[in-house]
Amino acid sequence: MKHVLKHIILFLLVAWMSFAPTQVVAQDTEQPKEEKFDAKSFIFGHTGDSYCYHITEINGEPICVWLPVIVKCKDGGSWHCFSSKHVCELKDGETYNHNGANFYVSPISADKYPGKLVEVKADGSLSRPFDISFTKNAFGIFFVCIFMLAFFLPAAKMYKKNPTGKPNKYQGMVEWLTYMVLDGIIRPNIPEKQVKRFAPYLLTVFFFIFFANLFGLIPFFPFSANVTGNLSITVVLALLTYFFVNVFGNKHYWKDILWPDVPIFLKAFPLMPIIELISTITKPFALMVRLFANILAGHIVIMVLMALIFIIGGMYGAGMGGVMSIVSIFMTIFMTALELLVAYIQAYVFTILSSLFIGMAQQEPENE
Amino acid sequence: MDLFLPESGLVIWMLIAFLIVFFILAKVGWPMIMGAVEQRNAQISDSLLAAEEANNALAGIEQKRQETMAAAQAEQIKMMKESQELKTQLIEEAKAQARQEAEKIVADARLKIEKEQAEAMAEIKNEVIALSIEMAEKLLRRELDDKQSQADYIEQLLKNNPTRIEA
Repeated sequence: MKHVLKHIILFLLVAWMSFAPTQVVAQDTEQPKEEKFDAKSFIFGHTGDSYCYHITEINGEPICVWLPVIVKCKDGGSWHCFSSKHVCELKDGETYNHNGANFYVSPISADKYPGKLVEVKADGSLSRPFDISFTKNAFGIFFVCIFMLAFFLPAAKMYKKNPTGKPNKYQGMVEWLTYMVLDGIIRPNIPEKQVKRFAPYLLTVFFFIFFANLFGLIPFFPFSANVTGNLSITVVLALLTYFFVNVFGNKHYWKDILWPDVPIFLKAFPLMPIIELISTITKPFALMVRLFANILAGHIVIMVLMALIFIIGGMYGAGMGGVMSIVSIFMTIFMTALELLVAYIQAYVFTILSSLFIGMAQQEPENE
Repeated sequence: MDLFLPESGLVIWMLIAFLIVFFILAKVGWPMIMGAVEQRNAQISDSLLAAEEANNALAGIEQKRQETMAAAQAEQIKMMKESQELKTQLIEEAKAQARQEAEKIVADARLKIEKEQAEAMAEIKNEVIALSIEMAEKLLRRELDDKQSQADYIEQLLKNNPTRIEA
């Protein structure tokens, strides 16, 4: 019993510590200026993308990883590449001049381009440049990718060296993870002959989403980027699934779309083909929105629970805020545990539906 | 809302990073893992099959051995039986021969006895004849002398030689 209690206290302490930086930031910006706590900026600032990787703040000095900003100005403008340090530390109304162009990051509360880098033209109008900055989420993507390579390639190398030897514990783990997806998700949905062809994509998608989801839940530096809760990422994944479904779809699949077995008046006036064609798009679209919305919602709920501390604290004083923080932390622990489940479920759902759609496009016509 | 619009820059980064990882893993990652596991599966099932075959072969050898043993035992028993038979037969034959021999000896002996008896009888006869003649001779000689003394003499002769007369 005592042993269990010790673990719970330790866990609470760690949980408290991992959320401490956000509180410090919020309090520092809030109290000296007597500003009202801006829950919206707080929540979307943490769930959205950002040009720098904010780690913590010590004595009012932000500790950040400054990521590169790469933009091309509109209307034949030039390329600009500079450290995000210059634009993230600007005060209100200031702009950063780089090679004759003025930039600033629009605040999250702004109506136009919230949280994005904007160029201020000479006439004072705002314009959004073509932006391929290496942002926090891009960093998150690369981190997940590098982790995947570092996780799976050594195992593959060991297997290549000694294919039939006794696998060690690490290989056993890799094997277990791989075959969990292969036998549990891919094989039931894709014809056996095609498994080898599509398994690499589906395995990569599964582990990318799974690791990105998990890393998104870890609230400190190299992790914490809300990768899969960003539409830009899920749209790419959905497009790839769309590509694999339709490009590798067989004759039977296309016949079912363009000339299905329905009465002639339904397909001559091309009602059914149109519906079928739209359905090929709605399927990956649903995949995209499902993953994005689930992960984003989970992150938002956690951030709302955190914001609640400051909202209550602002309304009823620091004492109530302290009480609220205890409640919030318990609820956040619950939410984080739930998000662990969601992390797996969403990776599972995305992969199983992708393999289902791919498998459906590989069906051979039934003999009648 | 801005949240629901994909960001072109992020899309490009995602596409690049994901495709790189996908191609690397599809080339040197997943096929190695899957191939090795399948190879091992095949090896394990092959080994199991081979073990079963070896077991079966072993069982066959064992059965053969037992069969040979049983055959040898049967042979042994048969041989023992035969020798036993031979032995009894030999004994029987010997006994029969011995009996024949004995019978022959007995028959010979009987013959001999009979012959000797006949000879003895003939001898006795001859002796009786000789005795009779002698007696008759002596009688004849004394008769001439005296009648009384004649009868006494016969009496005396008979007394002196009772066996000869009986025979």
